Amino acid sequence: MLKDVTLGQYFPGKSIIHRLDPRAKIIWLVGYIVALFLVKGWGGYLLMTATLVSFTAIARIGARAMLKGLKPLVFIVAFTGIINLFYGSGEPLVQFWIFTITLDGIKTAIYMVLRIMLLVCGTFLLTYTTSPLQLTDGLERLLSPLNKIKIPVHELSMMMSIALRFIPTLIEETDKIMSAQKARGAGFDTGKLTERAKALIPMLVPLFVSAFRRADELATAMECRCYQGGTGRTRMKQLHFAARDAIALLCCAIIIAAVCVLRHFGL
Amino acid sequence: MPVIRTEGLSHIYSRGTPFEKLAIDNINIDIEAGEFIGIIGHTGSGKSTFIQHLNGLLPPNRGKVIVDDVDIASSKAATRDVRFKVGLVFQYPEYQLFEETVYKDIAFGPKNMGLSSEEIDRRVRAAAGFVGVSEELFELSPLELSGGQKRRVAIAGVIAMEPKVLILDEPTAGLDPAGRESILGNIGYYQRTTGATVLLISHSMDDVARIASRLVVFNEGRIAMDGTPAEVFERAEELTAMGLAVPKATEIALALRRRGIDIPQSVYTTNYLRKLLINLREGDEQC
Repeated sequence: MLKDVTLGQYFPGKSIIHRLDPRAKIIWLVGYIVALFLVKGWGGYLLMTATLVSFTAIARIGARAMLKGLKPLVFIVAFTGIINLFYGSGEPLVQFWIFTITLDGIKTAIYMVLRIMLLVCGTFLLTYTTSPLQLTDGLERLLSPLNKIKIPVHELSMMMSIALRFIPTLIEETDKIMSAQKARGAGFDTGKLTERAKALIPMLVPLFVSAFRRADELATAMECRCYQGGTGRTRMKQLHFAARDAIALLCCAIIIAAVCVLRHFGL
Repeated sequence: MPVIRTEGLSHIYSRGTPFEKLAIDNINIDIEAGEFIGIIGHTGSGKSTFIQHLNGLLPPNRGKVIVDDVDIASSKAATRDVRFKVGLVFQYPEYQLFEETVYKDIAFGPKNMGLSSEEIDRRVRAAAGFVGVSEELFELSPLELSGGQKRRVAIAGVIAMEPKVLILDEPTAGLDPAGRESILGNIGYYQRTTGATVLLISHSMDDVARIASRLVVFNEGRIAMDGTPAEVFERAEELTAMGLAVPKATEIALALRRRGIDIPQSVYTTNYLRKLLINLREGDEQC
């Protein structure tokens, strides 16, 4: 049930995408998102979809896992699609009551839905192929110039990696507590809204208790190992920017350029 | 007629992801009313997955679970009903306590059953009595109790639903020897007085050997052995090959047999072993 949530999960693997430098992957994702917002017509979307599909295939991530990640977003995607459907301009195709559907509306709806899906799947590709530790390491290095203007980059990235680290743990914990309370006859998915909100108490109280306990234990464990923040800290695993990372970034630049060209021709 | 019967029960975790795992595979078992069953198997052998099917928390991928002649997946009402018929105490159950007072927490299950407040009160007191939670503790917050007491309160919370079948997943994990002894004693007492069916998962062979009347051994998602403790521990070598320990008494009996002393292989309690050894010595003296 809850175990099936794939948000922020990492699927270990050995593909070239897994082995890329996390910095390269983060820059790549930013580039991909920029390109996604530059796209105007079907040609661009085709290119962006093809890119994502081929990278997913190279990373050996199953289509099932990718689509599963989209499941929680079904509502938002459907909502965006339907809203856009009615806001097109031009010659109406169908007209009833206050709603008009135009060819333009259908096009925008499809493009918007596609854009959200690609956006989310692209992000998933990053988290599926990069371990949380690598991810925050990469972010820390990328953001390190901000240290100069007194932004505590190391602390922020440490917080982020702890938060990411605890997502699966907390999901597992929630799952366990829910099962235990269900075994005592608690219903989480029946009744009116107020009843359902009340039914969450038996789950939330133990969850918070255990989250605080874990936080406490983690703090003690970190202090026992003399953790004291970023200054003077060295790394066991150094990040190396290799040739393949440069190639990946080149790919990204080419895609952005291609999208710009397509945009120029209105595709 | 068995209380619980499973037919071809199988479960696969994380289907369609790289983490896909066949947890249990084609489990067929009949559990008769009033039995005290010990379930053993090492971590990941599928025993916890198996018991979560018995009260409908996990839906089977294949096969079915039949409780009291009703397939529990047949209707929503049947699934909800089975939660009260088959009580499940999870590992480290103290982490699920949430109410303001001990009394309210034990009453949570019966309250969900929609019982009258007199009946709830009776059940809470009876359940607390079974696990040795005294009435002075009723108005305390469960978070103020010691670890062992919390565990007792959590077990009482399930017993208070008066299930026909009580399943406990490692109820003694992480307790000191005295605490373990006393909780096992409580469970045995509960089983004898109410005649309920009890399934006990445990890592400690000595515990299950002493207390259970039937043992089911899980290995790699399948039932590897099923029988009385004597029958199961007779196959001590197979158990060790699966990476499971055997009771201390069986270990000693095995070692003695290897040295040529005539002692049955199915020894599994210290008391029985002692009797046998005393008999042996007396036999020697008579000759």
